[in-house]
Amino acid sequence: MNDERWLHLFNDYANSSFVDALRRQSPHLLPGAEPRPEAPEVVVPHGTTVLAIRYRDGVIMAGDRQATAGYQVASRRIEKIFKSDDLSGVGIAGAAGPAMEMAKLFQTELEHYEKVEGDNLSLEGKANKLGQMIRMNLQAAMMGLAVVPIFAGFDEKAGVGRLFKYDITGGRYEEKDYDAQGSGSKDARDSLKKLWRRDMGRDDALRCALEALIDAADEDVGTGGPDLIRGIFPTVKTITRSGFGEVADDEVRRVCEVIAGERTKAERGA
Amino acid sequence: MPLPYYVSPEQMMKDKAEYARKGIARGRSIVTLEYRDGILLVAENPSSLLHKVSEIYDRIAFAGVGKYNEFENLRIAGIRHADVKGYSYSRGDVTAKALANAYSQALGNIFTQDIKPFEVEVLVAEVGDANGAKNEIYHILYDGTIEDEHNYAAMGGQADEIRRFLKDHYQAGASLEDAVQLGVRALSVTQNKTLSERDLEVAVLDRTKERRKFRRIPPEALSQLLGAAK
Repeated sequence: MNDERWLHLFNDYANSSFVDALRRQSPHLLPGAEPRPEAPEVVVPHGTTVLAIRYRDGVIMAGDRQATAGYQVASRRIEKIFKSDDLSGVGIAGAAGPAMEMAKLFQTELEHYEKVEGDNLSLEGKANKLGQMIRMNLQAAMMGLAVVPIFAGFDEKAGVGRLFKYDITGGRYEEKDYDAQGSGSKDARDSLKKLWRRDMGRDDALRCALEALIDAADEDVGTGGPDLIRGIFPTVKTITRSGFGEVADDEVRRVCEVIAGERTKAERGA
Repeated sequence: MPLPYYVSPEQMMKDKAEYARKGIARGRSIVTLEYRDGILLVAENPSSLLHKVSEIYDRIAFAGVGKYNEFENLRIAGIRHADVKGYSYSRGDVTAKALANAYSQALGNIFTQDIKPFEVEVLVAEVGDANGAKNEIYHILYDGTIEDEHNYAAMGGQADEIRRFLKDHYQAGASLEDAVQLGVRALSVTQNKTLSERDLEVAVLDRTKERRKFRRIPPEALSQLLGAAK
């Protein structure tokens, strides 16, 4: 009896997982809907294209700004790239609501671990934890509420940027160079395949990311392109040794305009 | 079968309080000071790995004196409370006041129900906004007594002496250098010993920082802050 109490305390205090604490204290807040097999597929806003590219200093992550529900634009300004901690980020694709909730839960999980342990999780540890969270969402994924993020970060031990993709069962696959997720991902990947080069500098990586997103918007109805009328541009973030950084809207706009200019020229045959 | 001894409730509480106070008095002290850009926490702690001062949430810090395993448990419980609350409502809804009350309830309960009271005192500090929201400092004792402190607070073996020293020397609106120097002086003067940066654990809740205001001051930076006086 006494042994059990001791063991319980030991396991309780040696556990620095926020998800576990949440499961004990407020399980209703955990993502993952109740299984209702007879329920019809619901039409909810979906995030469309996100991508991550490895470059010389780390990883660059980018995403378009559109959420699409069926054949309708649900939102023109959603953010799909979330900072999960100083050295990593999540790009979300799939059902936007559950995906954002998962990003928030993941961010709290990492911060909770860091505060309790006084140390950061390894990049590998973070990637595995995110995989477990995606698996928790499997029931909802079967109802059409799949969440398939890209996780990327800077690995301090190895001194390089790394990126991971997932399937809806939480399967985790490390990609070496680049990857894209979401409805426009195939087109973005095709574009990246042609443009990506080893050890690109920041400017080249940024250009490469935006070319791929513009290609995705061109081919995929769900993906939004740069919106010059409303001034809405893709979100781009960099993750390097010195932390999680944002690429300013002005710079993204300039690069988008250069790409648009060159494509116009090519179209007119000048 | 021998009859259990009768001990009056008064005597029992007195014994427990004395036991807890003795345990706390053996521990090294912690000073907290409000300064221009936030709240400073200075602990005498020769270990650089086992912390006495740590982050709870965006604008909330925790400090504990006494028995390490006991205040460490309280610290982790506090982080859980804060993270669950911030996740279910919003980050701005996590307050030091709710946390301090929870600590007060927990310690009060342990003191009356358990045979052995916790030999700890804890401090919960929340830094205010730049636009005038006040700093909050709560000091919770081993029996659940809770006090809110202003300008400065002290816990541990030499708490009374430190408070007296700070009462005479504290100045509002001090810079970080001045506050660190005053805090370290308060710890060393009251114990008649010199403390180097290796014997100290220093952290601040810095309101000029983004979101997470808690920042540890590493030994190199600390020796610079202390060196500025000489």
